Amino acid sequence: MAIWIEEDAKVLVQGITGKQGMFHADKMVEYGTNIVGGCTPGKGGQTVELQGSDYPVWNSMTEAITQTDADATVIYVPPPFAGEAIMEAADAFDKVKGEGVIVCITEGIPTLDMVKAVAYVYNRPGVRLIGPNCPGIITPGETGGAKIGIMPGHIHAKGRIGIVSKSGTLTYEAVAQTMSINEGQSTCIGIGGDPVNGTGFIECLAAFEADEQTEAIVMIGEIGGTAEEEAAAWAAENMTKPIVGFVAGATAPPGKRMGHAGAIISGGKGTAEEKFAAFEAAGIACAKDPSELGSVLLESLKKAGLR
Amino acid sequence: MNIHEYQGKELLRANGVNVLDGVHCTSVEDALIAYDKLNSKIVAVKSQIHAGGRGKGTLYNPDTREHVMDGGVKIAFSKQEVEDYANNILGNLLVTIQTGEDGKIVNNLYIESGCDIEHEYYLALLVDRENKSVMIMASTEGGMNIEDVAHETPELIHKISVDPNSGLMGFQKRDLGISLGLSGVALKSFMKLLTSMYSMFVSNDCAMVEINPLVKTKSDDIVALDSKISFDENAEFRHKNWDLLRDLSEEEDVEIRAKEAGLSYVKLDGNIGCLVNGAGLAMATMDVIKLYGGEPANFLDVGGGANEEQVKTAFSIILEDSNVKGILVNIFGGIMRCDIIARGVIAATEALSLEVPLVVRLAGTNVDEGKKILAQSTLNIHPADDLAEGAQKIVALIGGGAQ
Repeated sequence: MAIWIEEDAKVLVQGITGKQGMFHADKMVEYGTNIVGGCTPGKGGQTVELQGSDYPVWNSMTEAITQTDADATVIYVPPPFAGEAIMEAADAFDKVKGEGVIVCITEGIPTLDMVKAVAYVYNRPGVRLIGPNCPGIITPGETGGAKIGIMPGHIHAKGRIGIVSKSGTLTYEAVAQTMSINEGQSTCIGIGGDPVNGTGFIECLAAFEADEQTEAIVMIGEIGGTAEEEAAAWAAENMTKPIVGFVAGATAPPGKRMGHAGAIISGGKGTAEEKFAAFEAAGIACAKDPSELGSVLLESLKKAGLR
Repeated sequence: MNIHEYQGKELLRANGVNVLDGVHCTSVEDALIAYDKLNSKIVAVKSQIHAGGRGKGTLYNPDTREHVMDGGVKIAFSKQEVEDYANNILGNLLVTIQTGEDGKIVNNLYIESGCDIEHEYYLALLVDRENKSVMIMASTEGGMNIEDVAHETPELIHKISVDPNSGLMGFQKRDLGISLGLSGVALKSFMKLLTSMYSMFVSNDCAMVEINPLVKTKSDDIVALDSKISFDENAEFRHKNWDLLRDLSEEEDVEIRAKEAGLSYVKLDGNIGCLVNGAGLAMATMDVIKLYGGEPANFLDVGGGANEEQVKTAFSIILEDSNVKGILVNIFGGIMRCDIIARGVIAATEALSLEVPLVVRLAGTNVDEGKKILAQSTLNIHPADDLAEGAQKIVALIGGGAQ
């Protein structure tokens, strides 16, 4: 088991005929992801060639899910249309199967569009949204696996470490750190760096705690908001598996947005210092330098009798 | 994206929110004409800059740094006073608690009618990350620094969350008004104002609207006396009018150019330039430089799919900062291939005849090829295998931390 996405999950691609969508769909097929087709309104009936094979394109998500029984969808739709793409997918999964995972990669979606989309998804309890503005989710397999997003597949290997992060490339860094101590990953999730997003840290931690394959967790936060503090407080009460943490942005000045729309210290809240302190108070082993995540994880595994 | 008070007031007025009559001016002559036009016994002469604390700020001569006047917002009781204040404000440097020491040159004035104030309140609309919805915050403690109020007397701040499915409900508006102690005509006026403000917030893709103070007049009207409005830049594509509202003199020129090149750049005070892919990794790179005794000169995220040209632009932007004594490149190639980055780095350093030490850390896709390309170059490039090594090397190469 892994969390939310099985190795052989059937995956649709929204925006599959676009440049980004096609490029990444091809990379996903190359990795071994079970892509079952895509959706681009107005281009239904066409096919898209990925790694030498043809994949069907549907006009609507309802049609696509009905035809393929897909478990998940990944969205590469441009920002003006991405909020609606999330809602279309949520409606279709809810209607057709009562469940499904939506992974939204798109960066730059208006915040109020996300307020609307997130409320829409929450009204459909079987549907989960990951992102937006994130690298996606990956469950590595013995061979291949399910890569749903833009992360480089080849750096991963199947294993027992769960990874959850707000940042993209910093997630890859964490993956590389687990590999440096010969540990693979159960599932890696980028929850995204926007102020309003779907799945949060706590849901990921709860799922990792319940997952048999996962034995330890790496959690990576960044400045802005209070999600890290809330997750740490929740973990202190509810987690038995060891957690290793890092927070980016200790040197960021207040009031300046650090790339991600959500990464801003405002009103004196959301500093890295507060987040590290909350992690430490919750018994989360912290690395002050991401290059040390591996050694801190190794120590935590040893302490827990797992190495 | 921030706009000026006078622009915010126009937007509020257009959306049916009570504001006082006022005129935007850019010269002393305009200010005097505005005074005549407003025909008000007293007027407020208000400096227009994108920073708070204007009333308690100080004006200085921008060339000599000589003190000119205390207070960037003045109440004038005569035409002569309007002239004096306008003269003291326009073209001078306003330093407030939010501008930092450098202050900001005031190019715009707002001359506004006076009113009889009975009580000052605080009102703000913003997107609440925790509840993932629009939040309306109000307090009886208007005119003060709201962060102090939140810290010292949090019970005086009242909040409601708007469910995006149902919108702002009547009972929520009433509850908020009652918690401020409003009743009768004033309560009705407040509820009407909330309706207008919420619909303005949503239709204009605001990120924050702050009215401090919002006042109750002696005649029980509720009026927005100040306005601080910012927009969500992600929604720019559906608001063509924002171009007209944008005051480029309020933004860092280099940050604008970086944005145009698809880069995200924030200048800082240190001396080690950073070029990184990904916002989280870029922040972490700055943190690690600091951890090993250095000071980062900037945040720079080249994004997920940077090309050779962008890498070159990134280098030239970093080097515009004369404080930069060394550069650390940290790339974890995902979609981005390390060999392409390596070629971009070499092309950029040659084209810009780079003189400061350069440390390059590559990882991820095609890393071996990338490293080989760098090793074969005759340029003085120091390779690093991980972030810690990269940070330690660049700190050592520039001779320790920032002095």
